[in-house]
Amino acid sequence: MKTAVVVFPGTNCEHDVMWALKVLGAEAELVWHRETDLSEFDGVILPGGFAHGDHLRTGAIARFSPVMDEVIRMAKEGKPVLGICNGFQILCEAGLLPGALLQNRDLKFICKPIHVAITATDSILTRAAEVGQILSIPLNSYEGNYQAQEDVSDRVVAVYCDENGLVDESTNPNGSQGNAAAVSNATGNVAGIMPHPERAIEAILGSSDGQILLKSFQESLGVVHV
Amino acid sequence: MWSMSKTETPLYEQLGMTHEEYQRLLEILDREPSHAELAMYSVMWSEHCSYKSSKKHLGRFPTEAPFVVVGPGENAGVIDIGDGWLAAIRIESHNHPSYVEPFEGAATGVGGILRDVFTMGARPVGLWNQIRFGPLDDAYNRYLLSGVVSGIAGYGNAVGVPTLGGELAFEECYSGNPLVNVMCLGILKREQLVLGTAGTPGTMAVLLGNATGRDGIGGASVLASASFDEESTTKRPSVQAGDPFEEKKLIEACLELYQKDLVVGVQDLGAAGLSCAFSEPAGRAGVGLDVDLDSVHVREPDMTPAELLMSESQERMMAFVHPSKVDEVIAIAHKWEIDASVVGEVKEGGTLTIRHEGEIVAEVSAASLSDDAPLYDRTSGEPAWIEDIWTNTMSLLQPPNLSEALLMLLDDPSLADPRWVYQQYDHQLFLSTVVEPGHDASMLRIKGTQKGLSVSTDGNGRHCYLDPRRGGARLVYESALNVAMTGAKPMAVVDNLNFGNPEKSDVMWQFIETVEGISQACEELGTAVVGGNVSFYNETDGQDIYPTPIVGMLGLADPMPERPPRLDGAAEGMELLMVGPRRSRNLAGSAFEKVMYSHVGGRPDDPDPVMARAVIGMAIELASSGLAPAMHDISEGGAALCAAELAIASSVGLTLQFTKWEGLFAENPNRFLAAVAPQDVAAVEALAVKYRVPVSQLGLFGGDHITYTNGGPETASLSLERATHTYEKAIPRRME
Repeated sequence: MKTAVVVFPGTNCEHDVMWALKVLGAEAELVWHRETDLSEFDGVILPGGFAHGDHLRTGAIARFSPVMDEVIRMAKEGKPVLGICNGFQILCEAGLLPGALLQNRDLKFICKPIHVAITATDSILTRAAEVGQILSIPLNSYEGNYQAQEDVSDRVVAVYCDENGLVDESTNPNGSQGNAAAVSNATGNVAGIMPHPERAIEAILGSSDGQILLKSFQESLGVVHV
Repeated sequence: MWSMSKTETPLYEQLGMTHEEYQRLLEILDREPSHAELAMYSVMWSEHCSYKSSKKHLGRFPTEAPFVVVGPGENAGVIDIGDGWLAAIRIESHNHPSYVEPFEGAATGVGGILRDVFTMGARPVGLWNQIRFGPLDDAYNRYLLSGVVSGIAGYGNAVGVPTLGGELAFEECYSGNPLVNVMCLGILKREQLVLGTAGTPGTMAVLLGNATGRDGIGGASVLASASFDEESTTKRPSVQAGDPFEEKKLIEACLELYQKDLVVGVQDLGAAGLSCAFSEPAGRAGVGLDVDLDSVHVREPDMTPAELLMSESQERMMAFVHPSKVDEVIAIAHKWEIDASVVGEVKEGGTLTIRHEGEIVAEVSAASLSDDAPLYDRTSGEPAWIEDIWTNTMSLLQPPNLSEALLMLLDDPSLADPRWVYQQYDHQLFLSTVVEPGHDASMLRIKGTQKGLSVSTDGNGRHCYLDPRRGGARLVYESALNVAMTGAKPMAVVDNLNFGNPEKSDVMWQFIETVEGISQACEELGTAVVGGNVSFYNETDGQDIYPTPIVGMLGLADPMPERPPRLDGAAEGMELLMVGPRRSRNLAGSAFEKVMYSHVGGRPDDPDPVMARAVIGMAIELASSGLAPAMHDISEGGAALCAAELAIASSVGLTLQFTKWEGLFAENPNRFLAAVAPQDVAAVEALAVKYRVPVSQLGLFGGDHITYTNGGPETASLSLERATHTYEKAIPRRME
């Protein structure tokens, strides 16, 4: 089982995702955004960063990168597709996930550890976790404010909260609708998360709570989601 | 840029050159310079590029040590950290551009320092920013802070290099002249080290990255090397505009070139643009260069040779490449979606020949540009006023209200929680940040090894104003102690020397004294200065800033402690110990006197090098032992503030006993606090005996109050909740 980790010009979390997957014993390979054949891969991760310099709008140019045809094909085939931070923004722009990510409520970049609570386990991101499980994971974004016009409440798989699981405006770091931190598509095989699970893999860096999310992804490889 | 309306001013003067310097140029050339030549000399001989006022004194710095691989003079200093690993480090200032245009000024400062480091073959792994402004009650200062922080965040986050720390301070003297310094650390394997050399005849010069435009023309000369007045914001066109996305691609492309061993040498394009990128590598290699300016990829048409040579367009690098490898270099550039053009060829002899539209527009000695700038031996003298400020000590008839004093320190933006700033910076990328910003030193691991690199940057304008020599030395001891408290041995120093107008003898005296103080302390500790930067002319309307050297210290822990001490490591029931001299009561230059009474006077103590070495030695061993889960130096705000910071960070109350209230606020760079479990106190005391360092039990963590008592009426008591709220909100409440 092998995962493609896509690198757009301006992506900067690709090595961190590779490191995290290596710590978990998973097999993965970096793939340049001009690649047009991902047939050897069982899943794909779009890591964080600033693809194409975030020019125009986050993810707006990246969705046209040559590799995206393959990402869309894999999504349609039910293979696991995960977007982290900027990757989440790209998946929304590509129409693989509902909604969009706007500028943070306070118009400031936010880099700090936050808490999320798992709200659904029917996705490639959360299948190994339990509903109500609280994880400490770093947030690192300027456009992390998730908004959707349609009702996506049943697609939200994790919400921002505090260490006790309180979910309200005071524990919402960026203004996201319903405190949404991660969402999936209806079949659960495409997921996007704004905080960075790959930054919470080793206790020495503050938290290893992100392991459960990447393990979920890993366990989803080879399983067809329809 | 050299406007027609100023025809009465000679061109050389418009370009920032003095009459004497122009005469020297005439002597060197033995003829009138062409417009293009004059442009090149004006930027290369600027204070910013040539260090013409400071060079004579910079030789004082101790720059040699067994671990030094590359000392000052290259794009960055490089040290050996063992097992084939090297670390590259560099510091720079972007003071004037940041005042004129805070976002772009700060952003391009970040971009420039990154290029200095990846020019050496290193991957940049961390950035540190030292920023100073006037008080936040002034709206323009709030605008500057906000703009500078956004600029640093906007560039650093997007370019994909974590910002791991820095400093934030506010002082009246920086109101018209903020200080924006930035430091970068990179790591590399020894075989990837690249120097800024043009190589041998036949080598091709390949310009990589951004297209050259009309931005930043004269940034080094007319902006960075001149004093300020009310008209200064009209210099905005001399500020460059940055594009972190271009830089990110340039970093990755260059690292691939190094990895595949495709370059002979590399020079970044920063101040003085192409003029520097042609002359410095050729000068270092003792060769000449034939350049065709028509090959330079440009952003706009009809640029003159002078504009092309002076432009400070960002995100450009000059690679010197063997002819057989040029195609491969260009292919890699194109893969990373950056532009590349072959712009010159290295020649025998030392002549830099520059052609434009078929004609030779400049023909000068490369080395004369980089090395023959006039050197000044500026007049210096102990200022008449220094004795007056030394005797201007403060005394109080009554002891101060200690609760109020503590509250005011906690609420002071220079001392309070800097989270508002660093939470806007990505400080986690690369999964290496073991101790994050907000601590005395940040620590990053080198993955795949046992090594930890620890970095602290420190500055204190008040102390240096009161005594530049002692102030300079204290910074070195303070930063060394900060690094030691993560278990790392202090090794290399970079300094950024921010001073006023060097044409004033007072300022030159401050400069020379500071260099002496830093040098002496480095010698005492066996650390080497591997690089630095001098920023003069930090004056506005004739008012100089405090002499403000910034010391950046790089230390190595090998192996890195399993759990380096942190500010939030204290817990209920732990003892608070103080390590270092017990009696330290001099309040000269202290935050206490400044914040409570707006007093800056007296003379700070001369730091004791023997005690410094002992305390630093003990701090390294203690931090590595795991006996002290929390450690904190006693710097600004004294033990009163620093102990409260431990309590606040750890969310636990504290009761502390003192004898003399002055001791609560004294700042001594040879002291630190440690939180230690009761059963480990004896072991720590034994360590203190081994290092011959005094240790005292100051108090006990527990409860929900921070209480300082001498058993009498002089008592401070604040609820932990109030202290925490005050400390955390000091900056946000002023900014929002």
